[in-house]
Amino acid sequence: MPVQGYMYPNEVELAWSILIVLYPFLTGLVAGAFILASLERVFRVEAVKPTYRLALLTALAFLLVAPLPLQLHLGHPERSFEMYLTPHRSSAMAMFGFVYLWYLMAVLVLEIWLDYRRDIVRLSQSAKGIPRLIYRALTLGSTNISENALRIDERASYIITVIGIPSAFLLHGYVGFIFGSVKANPWWSSPTMPVVFLFSAMVSGIAAVLLLYMFTSRVRGQAVDMNCVDTIARYLFYAFLIDFGLEMLDLVHRIYEADESFRSLDFMVHTRLYLSQVVIQIYIGTLVPIGLLALTQLLRLAEKVRKRIYAVAGALTLVGIFAMRWNVVIGGQLFSKSFLGYTTYKVGFITREGLLTASVLTLLPFPILWALVKLLPPWAEHEFMPEAGAAPAQGGD
Amino acid sequence: MNMSRRQVLLLLPAAAVAWESILAGTPEASPNYKLTEHWWGMLVDISKCIGCGNCVRACATENNVPEGYFRTWVERYHVSDFNQAEPVVDSPDGGKEGFPPMLEEGGKNFFVPKMCNHCADSPCTQVCPVGATFISPDGVVLVDKQYCIGCRYCIQACPYGCRFLNPKTETAEKCTLCYHRITKGLTTACCEACPTGARQLADLKNPSDPIHEFLRTHAVQVLKPHMATGAKLYYNGLDGSVR
Repeated sequence: MPVQGYMYPNEVELAWSILIVLYPFLTGLVAGAFILASLERVFRVEAVKPTYRLALLTALAFLLVAPLPLQLHLGHPERSFEMYLTPHRSSAMAMFGFVYLWYLMAVLVLEIWLDYRRDIVRLSQSAKGIPRLIYRALTLGSTNISENALRIDERASYIITVIGIPSAFLLHGYVGFIFGSVKANPWWSSPTMPVVFLFSAMVSGIAAVLLLYMFTSRVRGQAVDMNCVDTIARYLFYAFLIDFGLEMLDLVHRIYEADESFRSLDFMVHTRLYLSQVVIQIYIGTLVPIGLLALTQLLRLAEKVRKRIYAVAGALTLVGIFAMRWNVVIGGQLFSKSFLGYTTYKVGFITREGLLTASVLTLLPFPILWALVKLLPPWAEHEFMPEAGAAPAQGGD
Repeated sequence: MNMSRRQVLLLLPAAAVAWESILAGTPEASPNYKLTEHWWGMLVDISKCIGCGNCVRACATENNVPEGYFRTWVERYHVSDFNQAEPVVDSPDGGKEGFPPMLEEGGKNFFVPKMCNHCADSPCTQVCPVGATFISPDGVVLVDKQYCIGCRYCIQACPYGCRFLNPKTETAEKCTLCYHRITKGLTTACCEACPTGARQLADLKNPSDPIHEFLRTHAVQVLKPHMATGAKLYYNGLDGSVR
């Protein structure tokens, strides 16, 4: 039965679909990956250096795809540019457009360019054919890689990262605010929403970079830097504990306050959201990975075992965070604002906002990342000797 | 006139905007209507509503409301004297064709017509990213469908469930308080069609409108007052169980 109890008649059909679930998931990965990258640059956590550039490229690949689900969802995507031309200043969504653009252009792209500038200049001299033209274009006409110029790059890049950390916080905190500020919806309306979104973003971004680093090392036949993955896993564990703590705080608060919406929400968690919230998000996607990560912190486990645990914990974390986004976006629309009824959501398959579209959009960042990695190899061995590294980078990965 | 190439290039976007406004044309003329002289709302008298569905049908016809969506609808409440907090509510097809006989016995039964509350501090207006939803100077919340991007944020923000996405235009839609009628001195289609006068269009800025006398002498309430939306859909005899 699609509707149980009473829904306002316009509420039966969900306004926001799986594509809107995807959006905070993707931006969360961006913010998390960037925050991990900034650990090395700003806080001088040298152990995570092997993932620094990979994390930046990952953030870029996901950030480029992030607006696509939104565009596909809009009734009039051709008018979406109006948000920039005539923004409505009281709208959280309109202002988010600027946060997104600021983050993409002023932080991420600039930081990547500055970090890679020396490599780009050298590759523009050593590469042949079309790649040479691409690299020459990417230098933006700036070919000075004297020590003095590089020092300035380094300084500028540091400043951008320092600005970038609050920007990354803003990016995902703001996504949380878009939901948290909807007073009509008690499932969303909460001041903790931006903070929960931020920490869950960090958790998912760190997990994604951890997995990508281990995967690419394996593909390249390189040994995984255990000090690096141990450190990342430790950060994942801490961020996850904070994230879970915040979510539990929200839950306890709701249960204890038991306001007018509580019966409705409680009913949902025990019925329509039981699988996605209790089983997938909390048990499989949170408690199991936290438990696994805790094991690696408490016991002295062999390298091989730790690697396997990290892989499993990382993958489950991503599943859990995706489920969290699902439960927020879809869960928030399954109950009536009259608190008298419940509706259901059926995902189409080959429709504009169906499962196929969502799957393609989820996978799309990976070919983009692959192209970025080809173009701008993030591996340590390329950093100082691009002439020697250029050849294997094109054939070896 | 002497103009450099640069000046021409700078003027082009402005010219494009001007051209677009020429193409958009002028709004339908209502020569004697002055926006600043009105502040619209509506009065709903619960005790007078008989649940006939005339208002829903009239609205759908007048405004070409797509099937399955509602700019106005009527709810039937059954409140048991043993369980005030959990009323049984139904609204088959928005109450368009009236209601089947009540299954529950005992308790109290009544009808509640619903529609956009034309809130003075409307959350839907606040969240619209492009300002396509706006409140006119005479207190009516409207949607510019030439401008709406179809993001549906307003649908999420409305606490009363009054908005939907029109599947044909793919833009947000809701009650306009029959703006095309009230600016010509007519009443709304729903008020016109109501056989018992349960709905009354109210001009809160007009001192001779009977609404003032009514508000002074009756206990009226708005829906979800804790939402602080400045709702202007006033209900007389609203039961506490109504959501």
